[in-house]
Amino acid sequence: MSKELTTPEIDEKDSKKQLSKRKFSKIKSSNIIKNSKGYKVFSFFNYSFLIILALLCLLPLVQVLATSFSSGLAIKAGKVILWPVDSGMVNGEQVFYPFQFNFAAYQYMITKVAFWQAFWISVQRVVFGTSLSMFLIVICSYPLSQDQRKFSMRLIYVWFFFFSSLFSGGLIPTFYIVYKTGFFDTLAALIVPGAVHVFSIILLLNFFRQLPKELDEAAFMDGAGHWTILFKIYLPTSLPALATITLFTVVGYWNEWFSAIIYINNKSILPLATYLQEILIKKDPQALKPPETGQIGAEVITEQNMIAAQIFIGAAPILMIYPFLQKYFAKGIVLGSVKG
Amino acid sequence: METKIVKKPRRKSVVRQATLPLHLMLLPGIFLVLVFNYSTMLGVIIAFQKFDPINSSGTSLLSIFFDSPWASHNGFGNFVSVAMNQAAISATINTVTIAVMKIITMFFSPIILSLMLNEIRKQAVKGAIQTILYLPHFISWVILAGIVIQLLSTTGIINNLFAYFQYINPQANLNDAGATLIAYKRIDFIQSPSMFQPIIIISNIWKEIGWSTIIYLAAISGVDPTLYEAAVMDGANKFKQMWHITLPGMKPIIILLLVLSLQGIFNAGFDQIFNLYSVATYSTGDIIDTFVYRISFTNSQWALGAAVGLFRALISLILISVSYALAYRFAQYEIF
Repeated sequence: MSKELTTPEIDEKDSKKQLSKRKFSKIKSSNIIKNSKGYKVFSFFNYSFLIILALLCLLPLVQVLATSFSSGLAIKAGKVILWPVDSGMVNGEQVFYPFQFNFAAYQYMITKVAFWQAFWISVQRVVFGTSLSMFLIVICSYPLSQDQRKFSMRLIYVWFFFFSSLFSGGLIPTFYIVYKTGFFDTLAALIVPGAVHVFSIILLLNFFRQLPKELDEAAFMDGAGHWTILFKIYLPTSLPALATITLFTVVGYWNEWFSAIIYINNKSILPLATYLQEILIKKDPQALKPPETGQIGAEVITEQNMIAAQIFIGAAPILMIYPFLQKYFAKGIVLGSVKG
Repeated sequence: METKIVKKPRRKSVVRQATLPLHLMLLPGIFLVLVFNYSTMLGVIIAFQKFDPINSSGTSLLSIFFDSPWASHNGFGNFVSVAMNQAAISATINTVTIAVMKIITMFFSPIILSLMLNEIRKQAVKGAIQTILYLPHFISWVILAGIVIQLLSTTGIINNLFAYFQYINPQANLNDAGATLIAYKRIDFIQSPSMFQPIIIISNIWKEIGWSTIIYLAAISGVDPTLYEAAVMDGANKFKQMWHITLPGMKPIIILLLVLSLQGIFNAGFDQIFNLYSVATYSTGDIIDTFVYRISFTNSQWALGAAVGLFRALISLILISVSYALAYRFAQYEIF
């Protein structure tokens, strides 16, 4: 009886048993029986709808992946729909092989120096940028999380940081400031101007404020200073929050593309996101030059599968850290942003 | 003696630690924010100048902002010429149109989606669906726009599918054999001004719908489970439970997010539009941010760009302040 109440979705096998049970409890729980049928119908449509929605969400990515593994001739013929299609010649006639992978686009990509240079710049940017940002976030959040009575300037500082996220001079003044600092056309221009993430600082300071006050009071009694309390007590106890913020910072630096468009002229220090922007969006003809006739893959490499291969390699690092990200983000984002 | 120590005045000053290390910790962050943020606020002065970087000869950081002559109309010349610029006006209208459509679609859909996700009892299925739906949020607009452009191009899958269905359309076969070969007229979706805004709205839903359910799902998981048990005992079915327990449980968050979404009225999403628009779609796709970028970095009309940028920044500041004030008032939301 109680089991039936709490689990209205009934397995097919048990339904007969349940039905006989129901007859006995007809009067008492007539409401629930009536509705559980409607709910089953709803549940069926609910499952179907959400699964279709998830597939729809994924299909564009699958299509691009399929295109990247397809022969250019098959793409031109419109044969590539969600699975890779290879092509070949049999007795002078064009033949298409569905479900056959063609790696020509990737083989050609591997030889592209500019692409891997951009990849390497992005890696450097992520490593240095994340280190700098995390250091700043941690050492800024700690003082701002202090008790107002202990640190009377706290609110002034918090507003100082917070206001900087509300208002800025806009694109042009920012551009000239970066220009004047001498960071123009260096890797530093991609890291330093955006290194202080006010949102992450607020996230972490709210997390620090939830830590039991007794911890640092006890440490202080034992003679620990602020630096010791921060590094020996606060940081080890807030590892999940730190992991979340680190991962988000990594994704942020990897994905950010606009600052290189305005701050970088030298093509050899373009990060991958910006390099891809020039290829995918602006369709830079130089970068999209297919191999000339006679070179390997000349017949099967077109703009499309080359673009698709680069889209996929560009997204691959995100796809790789995504499982780790997912483990933390639900917890982390709720921790800081919504209180009470 | 010992009892005296524990007395009140002593307890109050229990944590009188030196604050100097705290100031020191903040120093690097404050320095960077001063250089890269507050100094740019001073830089808005160029919106009131006939600004030209060539005028500047000084070497100090801020000198570039003070070496140009004032603009006409008592310094408001740039604003006057922007106000009469048809492209700027249409960019403003597009910004608000796109942003409001985004706010509306992204307000209702995550609530409905999170209610639906909540009804999925099989954790593995739920987890898989969530994983897939959250994924696009983490991929940059550069890549997503690349995908959208590929799919919607004249040789992309959408056109291929249309062409395919056109071909097997029985009515097309009624005529003589030659009629079936009449080429399907491929549509260049991404270059079509009338298609541009729907593409923006739909691709935005694709990227963000999953991620925006996360906060509602957290709110749902915070609902007291005994409420559901009590409702079941009172004969409430699943839909009634949803209506009378789950939704009221989400209400504070719904109100909060609705109020905070006010901030976005002037934010149409630069990353997305910059990567999807083109000359052909300026009429419906150009927004303030892309307009500022173009007139500054393509046309070198820096002062005009700064003027439009200042206008947008001020309106955003007002919107954000109002939304936080309302959030504090109606949802007791405190940022820090």
